[in-house]
Amino acid sequence: MSAIEVQDLHVTYTPTGRPPVEAVRGVSFEVREGEVFGLLGPNGAGKTSTLEVCEGFRAPTRGAVCVLGLTPHLRQASQRLRREVGIVLQEIAVEPYLTVREALTRNAGYYPSSRDIDEVLGTVGLAEKADARIHTLSGGQQRRLDLGLGIIGRPRLLFLDEPTTGFDPSARRGAWDVIRALRDEGTTIVLTTHYLDEAEALADRVCVIGGGRVLATGSPGEIAGRSEAPARMRFTLRDAATAGLPLLPDDVASYDRDEVTVRAADPIRTLHALTGWALDNGRQLERLTVERASLEDVYLDLTRESS
Amino acid sequence: MKLLLWQVRYEQKSYWRNPASALFTFAFPLMFLVIFASLNTGATVGFLGGLDYNQYFIPAIIAFGIISATYTQLAITLSLRRQSGALKRARTTPLPAWAVIGGLLLNSVVVAALIAVLTTALGMAAYGVTFPGHYAALAIALAVGAMTFSSLGVMIATFVPNADAAPPVVNALLFPVLFLSGTFFPVAPDATITRIAELFPVRHFNLATFAAFDPRGPHGVAHGFAWQHIAVMAAWGVGCAVIAARRFRWEPRR
Repeated sequence: MSAIEVQDLHVTYTPTGRPPVEAVRGVSFEVREGEVFGLLGPNGAGKTSTLEVCEGFRAPTRGAVCVLGLTPHLRQASQRLRREVGIVLQEIAVEPYLTVREALTRNAGYYPSSRDIDEVLGTVGLAEKADARIHTLSGGQQRRLDLGLGIIGRPRLLFLDEPTTGFDPSARRGAWDVIRALRDEGTTIVLTTHYLDEAEALADRVCVIGGGRVLATGSPGEIAGRSEAPARMRFTLRDAATAGLPLLPDDVASYDRDEVTVRAADPIRTLHALTGWALDNGRQLERLTVERASLEDVYLDLTRESS
Repeated sequence: MKLLLWQVRYEQKSYWRNPASALFTFAFPLMFLVIFASLNTGATVGFLGGLDYNQYFIPAIIAFGIISATYTQLAITLSLRRQSGALKRARTTPLPAWAVIGGLLLNSVVVAALIAVLTTALGMAAYGVTFPGHYAALAIALAVGAMTFSSLGVMIATFVPNADAAPPVVNALLFPVLFLSGTFFPVAPDATITRIAELFPVRHFNLATFAAFDPRGPHGVAHGFAWQHIAVMAAWGVGCAVIAARRFRWEPRR
């Protein structure tokens, strides 16, 4: 069963005195139960509008959205969905004068089977700050509290809107561990992020949106033909352009002084030929690296075409 | 109901720990009481037949205390929470909308009741004010006042553009009307500015509260009930509540 189904979603805004804006123009995707689903796209791509419809904050202009079997913007559905869906918004919004423990305890009281407060404090790494007032926390700590408030009700489905923006590297890794632990418990997670390494590390599948449309959907490793895309080899070799490198017919080499970049469709054969040539001729391929096309390469290609 | 009390408990914690709300909405009325009552000890109010100033002023400051705890507090808190995203966040939880707003309203009512008790006690103990025992009249005047100024506060919050603007807008609207309405300096009923003040709810609140404290016997009011003033206030309350409900937003405008 799918946790979310979005079919041909359109969202049009009509600002007063200005022409209507088509923020979302026919988006379709599916989020499977139990997966981490990454929603990617540049600012203004239609991500937020799509999420707002899924979260029940906005009615679709056209199309159908089904979340845990319900239509989120309808009043009857929203009460049930709010018990089963956790939402962590981008802005930090917690009453400043309560303590961390008080805020969690208060919100726990809204849910039928909430998590244990101390367990959540431990999960988001705020056990030591439990009795600190919220306005004394750092920005990163407040965002972790926000995450704690999002999971306190033991949601089946969790929306995370740029959960690690502004985190230092170790805090990001900590947040990733929390997200993986939630996934292992069976929580379905919809994640938006501008960090493609984050999407690659966490998401089972990603959907790239641009210009209000879906540009590609798939696993981070295979999206948009990434697994078939040429690998990239880089090395430094003196007088490379005239050295007579043994390239295969499909290889494309480019030279920047002594820096060589080879895009190879069959990287193993190319690598074999290159290293064999270097050994036979007593040459060094300095700083040799082989890379697959990164998710960022694929993403930038996709979103460049759309804009 | 349990949910509402749960909310009020946490609203109370937030309220008393916030120096701005505790100072501006709670301490201000008590401070004004001490300043004006001390300055005017021995003064009399001519158009009330030479009545002691404080016998007139204490009911007015009780009304001001309730206005402060409801109108001022709600308009500022709602503007702040709308801008910070706290209101939108509350909508992501199963807490129903009525409990979000109800918790805030009831929190204001608790504060208002406390201010009313303290100002009355202080007026009677320190400034020789007498209370003729019109408990029902006082309770109804204060309850209608709290309702009216709560809905006024929620309504004004829907017009406040952003959180920074909230305190100046709220006070710039309130203080001229307080002075026009004779809260601090009595204004005679036949004065020209009284015609203007009567358009707003503050003067009616002052006079409805004063009626319950009026020691001069039945001057057109039986048992301390000034029904015409209570009715005008209630009409304001209902009108503001309707506008507030139509205009209320959980998120800032974009």
